[in-house]
Amino acid sequence: MCGIAGIVNTGNRHEPPSRELLTGMVRAIRHRGPDEYGMYRDRRAGFVHARLSLIDLTSGQQPLANEDETLWIVFNGEIFNYLELRVDLEALGHRFRTRSDTEVIVHAYEEWGNGCFPRFNGQWALALWDSRSHRLILSRDRIGVRPLYVREHGGRVWFASEVKAIFADASVPREIDPRGLDQTFTYWTPLAPTSLFKGIEELPPGSVREYDGDGGKHETVFWRPSYPVTSPDDYPLTLDEATEALAEKLEQATRLRILRADVPVGSYLSGGLDSSITAWMGRKAKEGVFRTYSIRFQDAEYDETEFQRAMAATIDSDHQELVVTRGDIARVFPEVIRHTERPVLRTAPAPLFLLSRLVRDSGIKAVLTGEGADEMLAGYDIFREAEIRQFWSRQPGSVARPRLFERLYPYLARSPGQAKGMALEFWRQGIERAGAPGFSHDPRWRTTSQLKRFFSAELRAALESRPSDDVLRALPPEYGRWDSLARAQYLEVVTLLSGYLISSQGDRMLMAHSVEGRFPFLDSEVMEFCNGLPPLYKLAGLNEKFILKRAAKGRVPEKIIHRPKQPYRAPDAVSFVEKGAPAYVEEVLSESALRDAGLFDVGAARGLYAKCLRRAGDSANEMAFSNADNMGVVGLLSTQLLHREFILADGGAPGGDIEYKTLIDRVQFRQLQGTA
Amino acid sequence: MTQEEVRTRVHQFIRKNFLFDEKTPLTDDQSLLGSGVVDSTGILELISFLEETCRVKFEDNELVADNFDTIARIAGFITAKLSREKV
Repeated sequence: MCGIAGIVNTGNRHEPPSRELLTGMVRAIRHRGPDEYGMYRDRRAGFVHARLSLIDLTSGQQPLANEDETLWIVFNGEIFNYLELRVDLEALGHRFRTRSDTEVIVHAYEEWGNGCFPRFNGQWALALWDSRSHRLILSRDRIGVRPLYVREHGGRVWFASEVKAIFADASVPREIDPRGLDQTFTYWTPLAPTSLFKGIEELPPGSVREYDGDGGKHETVFWRPSYPVTSPDDYPLTLDEATEALAEKLEQATRLRILRADVPVGSYLSGGLDSSITAWMGRKAKEGVFRTYSIRFQDAEYDETEFQRAMAATIDSDHQELVVTRGDIARVFPEVIRHTERPVLRTAPAPLFLLSRLVRDSGIKAVLTGEGADEMLAGYDIFREAEIRQFWSRQPGSVARPRLFERLYPYLARSPGQAKGMALEFWRQGIERAGAPGFSHDPRWRTTSQLKRFFSAELRAALESRPSDDVLRALPPEYGRWDSLARAQYLEVVTLLSGYLISSQGDRMLMAHSVEGRFPFLDSEVMEFCNGLPPLYKLAGLNEKFILKRAAKGRVPEKIIHRPKQPYRAPDAVSFVEKGAPAYVEEVLSESALRDAGLFDVGAARGLYAKCLRRAGDSANEMAFSNADNMGVVGLLSTQLLHREFILADGGAPGGDIEYKTLIDRVQFRQLQGTA
Repeated sequence: MTQEEVRTRVHQFIRKNFLFDEKTPLTDDQSLLGSGVVDSTGILELISFLEETCRVKFEDNELVADNFDTIARIAGFITAKLSREKV
């Protein structure tokens, strides 16, 4: 797990990438890999690497090359099936010098070319440099667990794990891309290749991009989520058999993630089913101490302590807890946003930023989490809401059908009248479009898009001619043949999972403190297996993650299996408007800061902020922030912080010396020869 | 309180608390939920505002979208309710 960056001249116009520039890039992302640094440079390409040592601690340095040093790699991530691939490659005549997975990638690429990537079971962002043919190859794992950004300009390509490393080159213009902002205020994330910054692309998950020596470019998508087009009746396994098979695959995926590391791996425990079963399997994979970590909240509304402790007791883990307050969230939020590099609409990443610090301080460098289970096995309310709305749409006048929402949200049944009538009116919107491609996500996208009323006139003008249905225009051709649940799952994976949960709330919060996340539910075999399941095995009526609950029996305490699903949330707007909130909130939401950034309507933004301040000051209204106000405050604040950190400044942290453990400089070498 | 007064108050309240600006169009007959001006939790803010400002108490069975979905309906419903209660 590491940070990677580099510069490659794709034409013949430039001087070699300078050492100072490359060092500046690696310095900007040193938090991703504080153990060792490496650089490779020739006349056309420069690669840098910040290493977090997890596998082959002694000889796994990067950049690393093939036997004749013509093919170079920098790599961030893990190829979990590297030992199996190595056996295959050795049988084909390849010889290895290290025990690392990095070297396996190099030989796999030599052997299979771009065909190597679908063979990898892992999480990666990598760059290969073929110094003979002057080709640069960039690739990213299926879901986009590991980040990779690219900039092309004037015959040069910059790439890096994080945008701030590209901005370390002061010649790169730094500007917010209205399109990235528009997407974030619709889907909760920019959609790769769009990023929040103009001219900076995010390499799409599951893709390979090649730049050849004379400026040509070629991109292939080698994977995206896919679901059956055949009848569920043709599925070969009974529910019992499928449950068994799921448990086996998950155990295997977890075992790989525990054992394919030369350091101990711990686990997060949220109190929910997914992290509980993951931790159970992690515990089982290896003898010895097993460490678990949980977030507790001072606000009882969000706290899940009881369930976290029950699971920790079940597996007898060495359990650590971190209590998070509103004050903590407000205090670290600017640093959180410096790492997310995109706006967020919830503060939920902030507690995870604090938790990864606890993990690092306890001496652990990698953790398992349950991320991905809700997307692969239909855990979210959005899937259930969509099913009810679809059912309702067939009898729009029905009074009984919408009452199913009471099963989903029991509070509705308890509070007749206001909440119920209005909530139902909300879900009723658009039911006539049942069967249309974005039906499941329409309520969320519609609600989120309302935040655009805060956009400034300039921003609106910049967006005027832009269609706002980017996701729907990029659907795969077979999408329409999938069942309704699969269609909803697909949308969830390509938007919220890739762009927010494993990014803003995942990799970025973990790597801020040099901790690697490992996600058994995102194992390629687990994903394929889950996607192939009949919809009823996943969502049985309104019973979510049905098959996983069965698999959890005997492994996870019953009270965790049967508890109503609680979405992970943290205190939002209230953190920033209560008494004693940090001064930066007023600063970045001040009239002058808003005007300078030019992104939001000053009056509207100030109006929202003033309203929330009023409500926070009114004790009768304690916590009474509507969903729209919560998202509004957090969205505006995070965008304004991004402007301050990345447009006014370059997003980098204070400097420090970089000492290279690996330094291969073919430019310097030639120059030295030349002067001798 | 006349229907016109209620209408004006509600109009101002929605501008100040949900739209935050003077520019966004807001008509008396526009669906507040449907156009996304007010979300399902926001409607609760609106209801407490009405209870305070107009000194009314709503029964559960009155709190349905039909009565609250547009400014015109709110104004009509409140004035009718107030005149009923006076009798």
